[in-house]
Amino acid sequence: MCLAIPGKLTDIYEKDNLRMAKIDFGGIAREICLEYTPEAKVGDYALVHVGFAISLMDEEEAQETLRLLQEIADIGDELNEM
Amino acid sequence: MKYLDEYRNPEKVKALLREIASITTQNWVIMEICGGQTHAFLHHGLDAMLPPQIELVHGPGCPVCVTPLEQIDKAIAIASRPDVIFTSYGDMLRVPGSTQDLFSVRAKGGDVRVVYSPLDAVGLAEANPDKEVVFFAIGFETTAPANAMAVLQAKNKNIKNFSVITSHVRVPPAMEAILGSKSNRVQAFLAAGHVCAVMGFHEYPSIAEKYHVPIVVTGFEPIDLLNGMVSAIKQLEAGESIAENQYQRAVKFGGNESAQNTIRSVFQSVDRKWRGIGVIPQSGWGLSPDFADFDAEIKFDVGDILTQESPLCIAGEILQGLKKPTGCPAFGKECTPQTPLGAPMVSAEGACAAYYKYHREVTHE
Repeated sequence: MCLAIPGKLTDIYEKDNLRMAKIDFGGIAREICLEYTPEAKVGDYALVHVGFAISLMDEEEAQETLRLLQEIADIGDELNEM
Repeated sequence: MKYLDEYRNPEKVKALLREIASITTQNWVIMEICGGQTHAFLHHGLDAMLPPQIELVHGPGCPVCVTPLEQIDKAIAIASRPDVIFTSYGDMLRVPGSTQDLFSVRAKGGDVRVVYSPLDAVGLAEANPDKEVVFFAIGFETTAPANAMAVLQAKNKNIKNFSVITSHVRVPPAMEAILGSKSNRVQAFLAAGHVCAVMGFHEYPSIAEKYHVPIVVTGFEPIDLLNGMVSAIKQLEAGESIAENQYQRAVKFGGNESAQNTIRSVFQSVDRKWRGIGVIPQSGWGLSPDFADFDAEIKFDVGDILTQESPLCIAGEILQGLKKPTGCPAFGKECTPQTPLGAPMVSAEGACAAYYKYHREVTHE
């Protein structure tokens, strides 16, 4: 129920006075509402729940998390080699 | 796919599991609140890879599971009317009411439809002016903005044949109810990442301080979950208790203010009964008086429904982390996904369904 999936915005438009978008979930296209992420641009990644973008994915934060995890993995490898 | 595949990297998962094993020196009980996280833990087998000192208990964060029986029975009564198109998220259809579920209503000819977005229900009302379209507005804070927008859209477009049964619940009051209980065993929380995407986590530092529990905002992918565990265990081992965010790519401290504003404009804070648990004060949202015209319970006068819960089902104890699904005498016998006695065996996020599906032997009881 609280599952939310990141997808890539491919088109943004108005419909029924609501800001809407087409989004691509790895090959599956859907229409979603962007009212809660008015700053979204085509090409952004949005986290989508029940047809609404609830947040935009922060690419810098995503990369930083992965960088820190890589450090943990590297330290683990070093310890194993000792 | 971006932001999914990288967070399922087996090497990084192994590194995090090694780190968890290296920092854990004592027994700790950690609760993941969200049913989506319960399923992710079991689906990826992560719970079995944790050190034996770490006990994961599963929280009440399954909105389908905690929707009170009265609301299910009201939904069934309304959906059974010939003048109604009843709309709902898919996972509500098999939740048992006192005597039947919404699927049985559909089998008997009731017009019950699953929608992807609540805006689809508003569209159905516009397209069917001779019918009453009712939407089952359930969910935690993640779902509330979407449901609120549907009501707002119906009001703005002056759609008179649309109404909702609301059963919204909020996470922080439930956490406080668990922590304030005499039988509480929870020593740290993994907080629900998508609830926090909407609400932020500004409500959590005071709970962490008051009850001396670490609270770590956590995502849903394997390395998110393990990263959350690392943070929670580090705090427990150091005797710290603060609110931390391990899901920065999706969650900001203040959350999504636009979504919060819409929630506040459509809903008001109410006492809410949680199925299996009871009433938790100010733990829910109901329609505010300005939107009373969209309240299906008033429109269809279903206030006098008498409910009857299965005496065998111990969902309440499971939802509070007091017992594991395998501790229920009916688990896998009278109660299976094909013949569920309670909602946790039905929902895609229910702890009982997760244990049944993944057939995991549980060593902690």
